[in-house]
Amino acid sequence: MSEGETGPEALSARRQAGAAMADGKIVAATEATALLEAVIRPGDRVCIEGDNQKQADCLARALAGCDPARVNGLHMVQSGVVLPEHLDIFEIGIADRLDYSYSGPQGARVARMMGEGSLTVGAVHTYLELFARYFVDLTPQVALVVAVSADRDGNLYTGPNTEDTPTVVEATAFKNGLVVAQVNEIVEKVPRVDIPGDRVHFVVEADKPFYVEPLFTRDPGAVTETQILMAMMALKGIYGEYGVTRLNHGIGFGTAAIELILPTYGERLGLKGKVASHWALNPHPSLIPAVESGWVSQVHCFGSEVGMEAYVGARPDIFFTGPDGSLRSNRAFCQTAGLYACDMFIGSTLQVDLQGNSSTVTTGRVAGFGGAPNMGSDPHGRRHPSPAWLKAAEEASDGTDERLMRRGRKLVVQIVETFAEGMAPTFVEELDAVRLARNAGLDLAPVMIYGDDVTHILTEEGIANLLLCRTAQEREQAIRGVAGYTEIGRGRDRAMVAQLRERGVIRRPEDLGIDVLDADRSLLAARSMKDLVHWSGGLYDPPARFRNW
Amino acid sequence: MDRLQFSHETPRALGGGRDQAILGVVASGNLEVLMERVLEPDRCEIEITTPLGGYDAVWEAVIADFVERAAPGGVRISINDGGAQPDTVMLRLLQAARMMEGQS
Repeated sequence: MSEGETGPEALSARRQAGAAMADGKIVAATEATALLEAVIRPGDRVCIEGDNQKQADCLARALAGCDPARVNGLHMVQSGVVLPEHLDIFEIGIADRLDYSYSGPQGARVARMMGEGSLTVGAVHTYLELFARYFVDLTPQVALVVAVSADRDGNLYTGPNTEDTPTVVEATAFKNGLVVAQVNEIVEKVPRVDIPGDRVHFVVEADKPFYVEPLFTRDPGAVTETQILMAMMALKGIYGEYGVTRLNHGIGFGTAAIELILPTYGERLGLKGKVASHWALNPHPSLIPAVESGWVSQVHCFGSEVGMEAYVGARPDIFFTGPDGSLRSNRAFCQTAGLYACDMFIGSTLQVDLQGNSSTVTTGRVAGFGGAPNMGSDPHGRRHPSPAWLKAAEEASDGTDERLMRRGRKLVVQIVETFAEGMAPTFVEELDAVRLARNAGLDLAPVMIYGDDVTHILTEEGIANLLLCRTAQEREQAIRGVAGYTEIGRGRDRAMVAQLRERGVIRRPEDLGIDVLDADRSLLAARSMKDLVHWSGGLYDPPARFRNW
Repeated sequence: MDRLQFSHETPRALGGGRDQAILGVVASGNLEVLMERVLEPDRCEIEITTPLGGYDAVWEAVIADFVERAAPGGVRISINDGGAQPDTVMLRLLQAARMMEGQS
């Protein structure tokens, strides 16, 4: 990369080239491809804002429409690979290198293209890791971002889905990069300034509103008795035992079940006010009953959730909101909050091995990491104590160390059913991620959460407390001891598992005083989407595909 | 459709007064369990119809654990499986046993 392409004169040249397509800063959607052909240089590092949820889809289409003779060799640096266009640009020769975090819906195609060699992946990152590299060695020359509205000066209003925009714009605009924003509408005055206009060089009025994926909506109607049983074990055996007040939840049905039994089973256990009060979490609809029952003190959000806008706006006492009355989310800050200010992460995964390593990569799918490794890791930079953090470390200690020198431990809980859909076992000898890394010649297997960060594995068979394991063999048998009827589970050393249970390393539902037959759907504070709407006082507006009444 | 049969000796008869219990539905990921008190008190027989072949060892392990846990002596159990996972199978069996243990 020559000096000329990263200095202030490069920015002037790009702005001048784009000015032909613009009226001031404003560019019509029909001119978007011409604009990008004018401002992007071959070999540029480009970020198409593709977040976990909202998508700069109009600009993604515009980039995919560029002439590969003019725009080529791009190095894409973006958190989400979500839209088909994000990968089309590699097939048609516009881009050739990718650094990213998450590729949920495109996971199968990413795996295939990596295999064919049409896509060179620098690395799969966690969100914070990629954001960090934006400021060190992956700074974009051009960022294509997305917002709800803009004024003629380029001030942007992102609405509730602020997500990654401030981070992407900060890295680009203050290092002589060019920022193009697509917006749903140009307005006289934006409801709130999420991005100041002097950081935005062009504004494209999109042909249609940007796409937002409802990723965090779980229909209570689909929560099973097994998930309720696991939720009961989690509340009684982990939340209650450690007094976890500050936490992050994954997005699976297991954690949705926990949210839904806080006002019922949690209340019965007397845990209200003692656990689950401060959250780093998206506005999950399944949290509404707990919020309305007074369980929740505050929630900071990575992004928003489709349909939750009015409800969140009505609860500024709980959520972070702006003067316009809508949610202000911020992925980089919320990831940092989840990493440093939470005492527990609990979430699901697709595969767990005998050391407790986990991965969501399965044969033929590279889904990426997103934020789970940030939430699900023990931050060695943490220096403030809390009861849960200290208790976890105490359990891991053999008692011979100096107590005042004992680093605390974050609770990292994997909540998994022993079999996934189609009887695919969750517990395996070797992660598919390792096989993929071996076959693709990668330097590093895509591991979601390393076993040494995991403190508990919770299945329908019980809780394995890995903090209490003293040897590698104990650890393996603790994992086998909750692996149910999978081959790994059936391969357990029964005598050793019985000993571990004696010591409380493994705890069955009955050891926790939980009758399996009490795990009933009547424990769910909301049993349907409609119940959630009722709890919200009619403010929650579920996306069409979840309206089943 | 795969058909599996198991026969177990049990230490005692299943308690309670009901002669028959039926529970669950043959839906995807679920199963239907029928229990009938028609055998000698030290016997339990289980017949399973399942659309998924190749899981004989899993079924054998689930049934053995259930028999050990519930001691369902005197009961013939018919399972119509819809591809349920082992934990769901165990749950339905325990639920059906509890129904049998209720009043007639």
